[in-house]
Amino acid sequence: MNKFEKVSGIAAPMPLVNIDTDMIIPKIFLKTIKRSGLGVNLFDEMRYDRQGNENPDFVLNKPAYREAEILIAGDNFGCGSSREHAPWALADFGIKVIVSTSFADIFYNNCFKNGMLPIILPQEQVDVLMKDAEKGANARMEVDLEKQTISTSEGETFSFDIDPFRKHCLLEGLDDIGLTFEKVAEIDAFEARAAQARPWV
Amino acid sequence: MSPKTLYDKIWDAHVAHEAEDGTCLLYIDRHLVHEVTSPQAFEGLRMANRTVRAPDKTIAVPDHNVPTTGDRNAVIENEESRIQVEALDRNAKDFGLIYYPVNDVRQGIVHIVGPEQGWTLPGMTVVCGDSHTATHGAFGALAHGIGTSEVEHVLATQTLIQKKSKNMKVEITGKLRPGVTAKDITLSVIGATGTAGGTGYVIEYCGEAIRDLSMEGRMTVCNMAIEGGARAGLIAPDETTFDYVKGRAHAPKGAQWEAAMDWWKTLYSDDDAQWDKVITIKGEDIAPVVTWGTSPEDVLPIDAVVPAPETFNGGKAEAARRAIEYMGLTPGQKLSDIEIDTVFIGSCTNGRIEDLRAAAAILKGKKIKDGLRAMVVPGSGLVRAQAEEEGLARIFQDAGFEWRLAGCSMCLAMNPDQLSEGERCASTSNRNFEGRQGYKGRTHLVSPAMAAAAAVTGRLTDVREMM
Ligand code: SF4
Repeated sequence: MNKFEKVSGIAAPMPLVNIDTDMIIPKIFLKTIKRSGLGVNLFDEMRYDRQGNENPDFVLNKPAYREAEILIAGDNFGCGSSREHAPWALADFGIKVIVSTSFADIFYNNCFKNGMLPIILPQEQVDVLMKDAEKGANARMEVDLEKQTISTSEGETFSFDIDPFRKHCLLEGLDDIGLTFEKVAEIDAFEARAAQARPWV
Repeated sequence: MSPKTLYDKIWDAHVAHEAEDGTCLLYIDRHLVHEVTSPQAFEGLRMANRTVRAPDKTIAVPDHNVPTTGDRNAVIENEESRIQVEALDRNAKDFGLIYYPVNDVRQGIVHIVGPEQGWTLPGMTVVCGDSHTATHGAFGALAHGIGTSEVEHVLATQTLIQKKSKNMKVEITGKLRPGVTAKDITLSVIGATGTAGGTGYVIEYCGEAIRDLSMEGRMTVCNMAIEGGARAGLIAPDETTFDYVKGRAHAPKGAQWEAAMDWWKTLYSDDDAQWDKVITIKGEDIAPVVTWGTSPEDVLPIDAVVPAPETFNGGKAEAARRAIEYMGLTPGQKLSDIEIDTVFIGSCTNGRIEDLRAAAAILKGKKIKDGLRAMVVPGSGLVRAQAEEEGLARIFQDAGFEWRLAGCSMCLAMNPDQLSEGERCASTSNRNFEGRQGYKGRTHLVSPAMAAAAAVTGRLTDVREMM
């Protein structure tokens, strides 16, 4: 996985609450057996009409936001299914950071596995960022994971919390499976103990 | 020893390693796999030259995009679906997994097959690349959905990197009124807490109304824990659980059964256990409910009206306005006046034998409304066979329902079973998201009995009028 660098990019506003994984990537695109190439179908049903023409009102179709790297979203972003196709599609589009007041658990988790940073902030701060994002392409925000800060185009800065282990993995671009293999002796020992204690499993 | 919740007890029994910051490696007892969220994980294993650590604990079954018509055993028409199913066939074979292919009578929705075959047992950790894995919590198993990267992680290491969630207790006291089912309980809880109310928690459902439920009903309740934001829902195992498990193909036998029972009987939350959040709902306050919007939290009793968006706060007002427009409804309209085009009975929420019995009880001797499309998709081949044996299939067919083969079907419409634009469906599934059952399709979530009642009248209907 790539290391998570500082992001200085355009932020797109999506104030809708409860944006679910079916909206992020409709199921017809789940039939792939690959991880890549899903970006064109990100938010497909909101972004295109049935003939595949772009809906000009959809935020990511507006000229100012076509290169967005940050999403500022309404509450409970990513609710719904466990499909990792949702973060794959976002990442493939070029989104690196998503800010909301809350995320659904599985989606939140899936972001980190794909080198993306979900940031949780209180409503007042999300409101400030949302306003800033609505200014369009000139409004570049800065995200510094090392310092755990996000700044508006006008330099107003907010700090965010993040689990230290997840931060470390993102910054170093570490692969979870590789890390877990370092603890294989512990897993072996656990398995042996469990086979004694709960042989029916 | 300090008092523990059921969640604490199962968690503690499965920590293989704990880092200083509390990040744990949780050992996984059962890993369920289906065709949609696994191909990339197996591909990852191959690329890194890795194997499946515990193939005997890994159970695979195709369900999400298999057709539910009789011709599927010959060929799956849709090429992409066929490729995914064939990929699972090959992965199951290459990595030596336990497998129920499309033409096996035991095939069905992964969350129905696991319990049915006795793979799901109390006190286990169960994961699957599917958010409705919460279903298995009905057995007092810690069960949650994971993403594809985590599927690969579990395949390779039989563990999951996890931090502990908080404990939430949802108590349903007293008795349910006639016509009220497990589906109404679980939807009503989401209505009360919102779809993010359980985020960060594991929910334990308890109280007399939960105790009184069958295993099928308990699975319905836990199934939708995820719709309330909780990654897992739990119900402490009791005699109802043990009776259900006993004698299943992969349940322990003889001395092992006795040993298992000794442990299973300790799996309950201690009286003085600490809860981070508690919600109590009176069983008699729960009515048969339907959803009016595009989020499972948009739920109201069947005798209510479509709400006005202005009555909601903050971003929800805009979401409600959008939902009402999408659903083609008018604020103030009676929910029981909403006419439907289609009825879908099935899914991992309500595709079990008891669900089919409840729907058939309403339909017996009746016909569905003229011009309505109605289908039953049993949750597994074995549910289907049992329903045929009990004469339920006849009742459905005589009423005018299509009687399908097992799979997820119109729950997520990845196979040919889909709503068309504007088509309105009373559905026993779990998600009413925009486009979930087909592009611009409109979904009202209901219990199986309510779905049957709606099929007869052609509109959302209070099942109590038919009892
Ligand atoms: S029935 Fe529906 S919710 Fe259940 S596993 Fe299948 S698609 Fe998911």
